[in-house]
Amino acid sequence: MHKEFLMGNAAIAMGAIAAGLNLVCGYPGTPSTEVLETAAKNNNGRLYVEWSVNEKAAMELGAGAAYSGARTMVTMKQVGLNVAADPLMSLEYIGIKGGMVIMVADDPGPISSQTEQDTRHFASFPKLPCFDPSTVQEAYEMIQEAFEYSEKYKTPVFFRPTTRVCHGYASINVKDSDEYKTNTPEGFVKDSSKWVIFPRISYNAHMNIEKRNSMLSDIFSEYKRNIITPAENSCRKGIVSHGISYTYVQEALKNNEKPSVMKISTPFPFPEKLALEFMKNLDEVLCIEELDPVIERELIYVCGKYHLNTKILGKLTGNVKTAGENTCDSVYKNIAEFMGWDIPECETPETPPLPARPPVLCAGCPHRASFYAVKTAMKGEKTVFCGDIGCYTLGNAMPLDMVDTCLCMGAGVNIAQGIGKIEPDTKCFSFVGDSTFFASAITGAVNAVYNQADMTLIVLDNSTTAMTGHQPHPGTGKTMMGQIVDKISIENILKGIGLETVETVNPLELEKAVETVKRVSSEKGVKAVIFKSPCAVLIKPESPAVIDENKCINCKKCINSLGCPALVISDGKIKIDGSLCTGCGLCSQVCPVNAIGGEK
Amino acid sequence: MNKNILLTGVGGQGIVLTSKLIAAAAMEKGYDVMSAETIGMAQKGGSVFSFLRIGEDLHSPMFGEKQADIIIAFEPAEAVRMISYLKDDGFAIVNTRPVMPVTSALKSGNYNAETMLEYLRKNIKNLITVDGENACRETGSPKALNMIMLGSAVKSGVLPFSIEEIIKIMEKTVKPQFAEMNKKALLWA
Repeated sequence: MHKEFLMGNAAIAMGAIAAGLNLVCGYPGTPSTEVLETAAKNNNGRLYVEWSVNEKAAMELGAGAAYSGARTMVTMKQVGLNVAADPLMSLEYIGIKGGMVIMVADDPGPISSQTEQDTRHFASFPKLPCFDPSTVQEAYEMIQEAFEYSEKYKTPVFFRPTTRVCHGYASINVKDSDEYKTNTPEGFVKDSSKWVIFPRISYNAHMNIEKRNSMLSDIFSEYKRNIITPAENSCRKGIVSHGISYTYVQEALKNNEKPSVMKISTPFPFPEKLALEFMKNLDEVLCIEELDPVIERELIYVCGKYHLNTKILGKLTGNVKTAGENTCDSVYKNIAEFMGWDIPECETPETPPLPARPPVLCAGCPHRASFYAVKTAMKGEKTVFCGDIGCYTLGNAMPLDMVDTCLCMGAGVNIAQGIGKIEPDTKCFSFVGDSTFFASAITGAVNAVYNQADMTLIVLDNSTTAMTGHQPHPGTGKTMMGQIVDKISIENILKGIGLETVETVNPLELEKAVETVKRVSSEKGVKAVIFKSPCAVLIKPESPAVIDENKCINCKKCINSLGCPALVISDGKIKIDGSLCTGCGLCSQVCPVNAIGGEK
Repeated sequence: MNKNILLTGVGGQGIVLTSKLIAAAAMEKGYDVMSAETIGMAQKGGSVFSFLRIGEDLHSPMFGEKQADIIIAFEPAEAVRMISYLKDDGFAIVNTRPVMPVTSALKSGNYNAETMLEYLRKNIKNLITVDGENACRETGSPKALNMIMLGSAVKSGVLPFSIEEIIKIMEKTVKPQFAEMNKKALLWA
């Protein structure tokens, strides 16, 4: 054992490695990404690491490895679980041989997600055991236990931290490498009565799952991380919490009278006996949860089943807010109201108006040029611009204002198709990044071609997965095992599925880009423009542009049409912030009087 | 011993690195450490914070309002944004040089740094202002701001270690070619 200062996601990865991990795969997504990246960085030579093309592919790969006796971890964010839901629902009926942990990071807030879906809630749908850690140290230990439970009960299990655990840091006790477990997979053993899903098999499997989960509910009632801390006095009130919120409860109770507290680390199967024991002598229980009232509903169920008079308070009774993340302050207030404590006045004198600092596309980002080219080419036309998930969602901000819809990974292609079917006089565009294209827009493109859509597909190819921190994908020619492989060509894919027009152009060559969009979009059917230019963060910047003050007429066209953070106004004049400018040259092509050029 | 520390500023100012350095110095002295910070989309040009806790009986990496023993603010408006976290008798180390939002050229996002500083002077008992730009010039590098702020924070006496201890940790963590410049910046205060 020794101490290390680790990020929660790193602790999860190191814990999994200590548990004898053989294979880890996933698809990047905040706040889950660093788990796989840390595992790859600490690969001891016994580990296969892969960024899969999407979460469904990762889940199936993980299943195959676990069938073969490997200890397997599949990582994703909560919305990625939706993509992987199809294989997962069936996988629970089939079961596994090697321990399989599905690491799904939830994002209360949401801080960087489309939804506030709760994986604890999701767990009850495929009926998978679910582990919910509160701290970085607990995440490190609990993931090792999750592998043990998974293997013992032959079922994949969920491990679901939230953002504040994933991205929190702590000095924690970790094992030395000679304390690590090793797991040598037995290999796949053929047995069609076991590994092939059929209705008859599923019926029996369903019976077994229900039996096992009822047993697990009892076993989890004894699990050391489902804990009751009794009240210090004869207080007949209790608090139940989980995850990071449990630490906020601990903070709130530090210097105050302590009611009974129960921590739930396995929301499914719910430790019913423990809950019954907890509520036996309580009049009122407050549930402090993030996202859905999962524990709260379970407690209400237990009360009904055992005819308890305990009053259950929480989100369903309006005592705790129903959306967003909890904080130390919000939890303190919830508990103070419940316990009847005085709430100290915490008024800060009214502050002067504070500047907003919204996220923007970086200076030199090629997406800015792509959006501007399409905007310029389509001036005066009736258009719809369907966006997608990635940095380029930021193209919605003023002055570009080029994202009319955004739903989920890869959705833009068929949303554009759908709008076009109802509004045939509208020119419909779909913008999709390269990683998102591989992840889930190819199917959409096939659908659009087959069903005779009339639309322009714009692929924003910056040769990386930029938003989540530059992970490789099939178009980059690199894998997480460090191999250099053939790049899969987006152009060839599109041509292969039947697009007659697929043009590739550098968006930073503005005139050519505009002309290409005009020409291509005037054709019938599905056609594509691939805007190819590397992510500005990954390339060495050119020397910054400079403004010739004698030529500049201060018309602000550069600022008002591009919104580049390197274009600033100082003492009433337009200036270029040399520390930000990458010399991409877009503004010099927009300037009507040629006042912007290279370094003097 | 328990200390709650809040670092705040704008993405790109070196806040996360400073937080890591304080954590390493605390661990070296045998304290437990927890921290939580902004990661992801907000990093570039956005408001960035890092909650850092040192000591015993730590549960949550974040803390509530009026809990910070010290706020190290790399930017005056960001100091104002986070002031509610400062204890009444807490210290605030504030860089007086504003960073205008990247969108300020588009709309009237500009603000007056003096208004922010006036507010801070009025509402913080233990305020230490640092002219970061000037200090960077004196130490010879625009990249030294984070070490200048950290050095000023150590000088306030709130953090549980000396400037020598921080320098030792810094020399272990940063690339050797930056060690001399960082040392100069840490000692600037």
